[in-house]
Amino acid sequence: MNAAGFPILSLVTFLPLVGVLIIMMVRGDEAVVASNARWTALWTSLVTFLLSLILWAQFDKTTADYQFVEQVSWLPDFGIGYIMGVDGISVLFVLLSTLLTPLCILASWTSVQNRVREYMIAFLILETMMVGMFCALDFMLFYIFFEAVLIPMFLIIGIWGGPRRVYASYKFFLYTLLGSVLMLLAIIALWFQAGTTSIPELSEFDIPFNMQVWMFLAFFASFAVKVPMWPVHTWLPDAHVEAPTAGSVILAGVLLKMGAYGFLRFSIPLLPEASAYFAPFIYVLSIVAVVYTSLVALAQQDMKKLIAYSSVAHMGIVTLGIFTFNQQGIEGALFTMLSHGVVSGALFLCVGVVYDRLHTREIARYGGVAKVMPGYAMVFMLFTMASIALPGTAGFPGEFLVILGAWAVNPWIALGAATGMVLGACYMLTLYRGVAFGKITKDDVRALLDMEAREYAIFAPLIVLALWMGIYPQSFLSFFSVTVAQMVQQHQAAIGAASRLAGL
Amino acid sequence: MNWTLALPELVLSVCGLAILVFGVIPKKDTSLACTMAVIAAFVGTGVLILSQQKGTAFGGQYVADDFSAFMKLLALAAAAFSLLLALDWNEKEKLNRFEFPILVLFSTVGMMVMISANDLMSLYLGLELLSLPLYVLAAFDRDNPRSAEAGLKYFILGSLASGMMLYGSSLVYGFAGTTNFDRLADALSAEAGVTAGVIVGIVFVIAALAFKLAAVPFHMWTPDVYEGAPTTVTAFFASAPKVATVALLVRVLTDPFGEVVSQWQQIVVLTAILSMLLGAFAAIGQKNVKRLMAYSSIGHVGFILMGLAVGGEAGLRGVVVYLAIYIAMNIGAFAVLVAMRRNGRAVEAVDDLAGLGRTDPAMALAMAIFMFSMAGIPPLAGFFAKIYVLLPAIEQGFWTMAVIGVLSSVVSAYYYLRIVKVMYFDAPVAGFDVRPAGVSVVLAGTGLFTLFFFLFPAMLLDAARHAVAAIIG
Repeated sequence: MNAAGFPILSLVTFLPLVGVLIIMMVRGDEAVVASNARWTALWTSLVTFLLSLILWAQFDKTTADYQFVEQVSWLPDFGIGYIMGVDGISVLFVLLSTLLTPLCILASWTSVQNRVREYMIAFLILETMMVGMFCALDFMLFYIFFEAVLIPMFLIIGIWGGPRRVYASYKFFLYTLLGSVLMLLAIIALWFQAGTTSIPELSEFDIPFNMQVWMFLAFFASFAVKVPMWPVHTWLPDAHVEAPTAGSVILAGVLLKMGAYGFLRFSIPLLPEASAYFAPFIYVLSIVAVVYTSLVALAQQDMKKLIAYSSVAHMGIVTLGIFTFNQQGIEGALFTMLSHGVVSGALFLCVGVVYDRLHTREIARYGGVAKVMPGYAMVFMLFTMASIALPGTAGFPGEFLVILGAWAVNPWIALGAATGMVLGACYMLTLYRGVAFGKITKDDVRALLDMEAREYAIFAPLIVLALWMGIYPQSFLSFFSVTVAQMVQQHQAAIGAASRLAGL
Repeated sequence: MNWTLALPELVLSVCGLAILVFGVIPKKDTSLACTMAVIAAFVGTGVLILSQQKGTAFGGQYVADDFSAFMKLLALAAAAFSLLLALDWNEKEKLNRFEFPILVLFSTVGMMVMISANDLMSLYLGLELLSLPLYVLAAFDRDNPRSAEAGLKYFILGSLASGMMLYGSSLVYGFAGTTNFDRLADALSAEAGVTAGVIVGIVFVIAALAFKLAAVPFHMWTPDVYEGAPTTVTAFFASAPKVATVALLVRVLTDPFGEVVSQWQQIVVLTAILSMLLGAFAAIGQKNVKRLMAYSSIGHVGFILMGLAVGGEAGLRGVVVYLAIYIAMNIGAFAVLVAMRRNGRAVEAVDDLAGLGRTDPAMALAMAIFMFSMAGIPPLAGFFAKIYVLLPAIEQGFWTMAVIGVLSSVVSAYYYLRIVKVMYFDAPVAGFDVRPAGVSVVLAGTGLFTLFFFLFPAMLLDAARHAVAAIIG
């Protein structure tokens, strides 16, 4: 059994489904059902979050092994098991998912008024799938969760989204599905090579180089779309713009991390030589993503679209960091993933706050908001700074570490990544100036009310995290430094062995 | 001679005759009683099959093994569910004639004979007994020109297929000297190799069965017949006969023609690829749900044929698992189609489903489950069906077919999603009439199976393994 003494990961994963069951059983007129669904969803997700805090407390940071492991035989004919467990790489993402879900439910408290019951059910199912994906230690199980996320997200965008929701939801679904099915074939091929899909066992297994190349491309097709990397990022701005606020938060906060997590969990440990072989290719795509999408972000009129493009740029930093294969780079990438999850999630919530009041996301429709909503302006400022990666905020340690790691590979790459930080300051400050400062010219802006208690409650944990991660990053870095160290060491050993073989 | 092996078929036939007499004599409407009697006969036959002995009978013409038992139960279940759906629909469409269940019954007897066929002669007998009631059923709504057209079209093309079957069988008989599957296997495994005549004969047999299965390029009749026939008949067409045909194809290709696998494998591979592609692309533009389901069924047949082309224990198990899951999803989806009735009139455009998520959340949820499952999204049953076919395909190195398969399933996801979109994203139109009880029962059963299959995969897998073991031997 595991450190917690009970199957905690399964419990955290499937507890939201209990909430789904309760919500489904509620009967009565629409208002009663809606209010019941809201409260049930909130409490379920809060209990899930509190339960997941046990992971924070009991996680052993001194080992790179998988912890809290649970194993049940599931499809014995095929050697596919139900294996759950976390290590330094995944544990914080579980917590990120369980933290963001209650915040999303709170954020949708008043903005979602139609079909509340279905909305809450979709969010709770989404939480199960997200948490399950980060906990899965069997490749097939991972794939099932990874794909199943599409169903609730498709519905969230399509039912509660903006005017072009149908287009956006289709694009999101088909884009990601196309990438994933190729990965499925690679998983099956891998299964025939190794005879198992259990991740701990697979990582002991050597795959011939020419097969690694094909598998890398198949994995890449899936993960690159999910990250998303340039040039397959085009689904993201559409999905973000059309999704309801909470959908955008989950999309930016957790779903974008699934691709990068896949690279870290599968591509690099299983396919070390192919990863090294394709690394220059990834560098180029990442730098292009950072510079190009930052420039695109600069030209946006729509607040959500701007933040969406900034997400692509930040994820470019992440992929760059992952493929540096050194301690700083990968730690930086992981840290950036976490901080981006908090910060971009919070930025989308910031957009949601004013969107709920004026029902527009056009930057030019605002201006001078700081005068009427000082509290909001303060919060928005903090997260703007965090997104720019000002030292002392969550964005800084990660990006700094990635640039350090990239410098060790090639200073020019580091220069490219650093350009992104400068451009990031340009577009974020443009956004902030456009919304918060300037003269108030519009009457409806003058009449805006500042944030209410519920909204402060949503932002409070994110503010704490954004500052905590910036001021004392060690409490987060310590979770994954041992795991990353072991990963880097194994990668170098594999590359070393391969080059020795080539030298013979 | 052990005629008791054929007891299920005999009992079912006698029941059919008895119900026919019972249906004719009273002056009042007996359709409900006849339907119930037929369903009861199906259940009784199912019990007989479960307790059946294994072996061959009638001079080697008839075989009963685990494979035939599995397939017969599947076909019986599919037929029984179709009848359950037909109950209310036929009454509202004024098709509640007692012949309907009896025709289904005799067609099912034909299926069982086909599944147990161990000789080209009994195969042909079964195929004809299966087909003749189907022709009548397609034209059952005889005052409706579209139904009559469907029946005629099906009949003409079906006779052509029967002719091809006979011609192929005679060629095989002429060149191999026997029609019995076991002796054919011996003859074809002879050192001297096989003559071109046998191969031409095999191709004709495969073509005839592909016609019944609606695999490309023998699919042309499917959309028209599916659309024209009464919806309840389409529900039956799309399920039970496919079981029998797949079972027969599996037996024919592994048992007598298994020795000449290299001769037919490319044909099946090509048919599988073409079916998957056509099923994916042709359905995109369809506005009629029944037509859409027709193309969707062609795509699924492509996947089933993929497993058959790969062959071997794993490949055939994939076929069996895929078939069982597909039948469940398909009957569920057709249950929704049967319930599509507004102001007393059946409607069948995709847009008629608009806003079903509001007007009937339970049915919309079930339909969404079937659609996502058919698109192959985990953790629904359709995903596992695809996995069990793809696993052996990749193991045996059929990469082209596997890649085309998954890509076509992405394309087909587009039209499955369209149904979900229409149900949930579009503004509601007027709701449907109250859902009949039979539909609710079928929806609940198939929906729960599709949703929770991943919890208990072992039951179906074990049954499929036993079934395949019997035929691989």
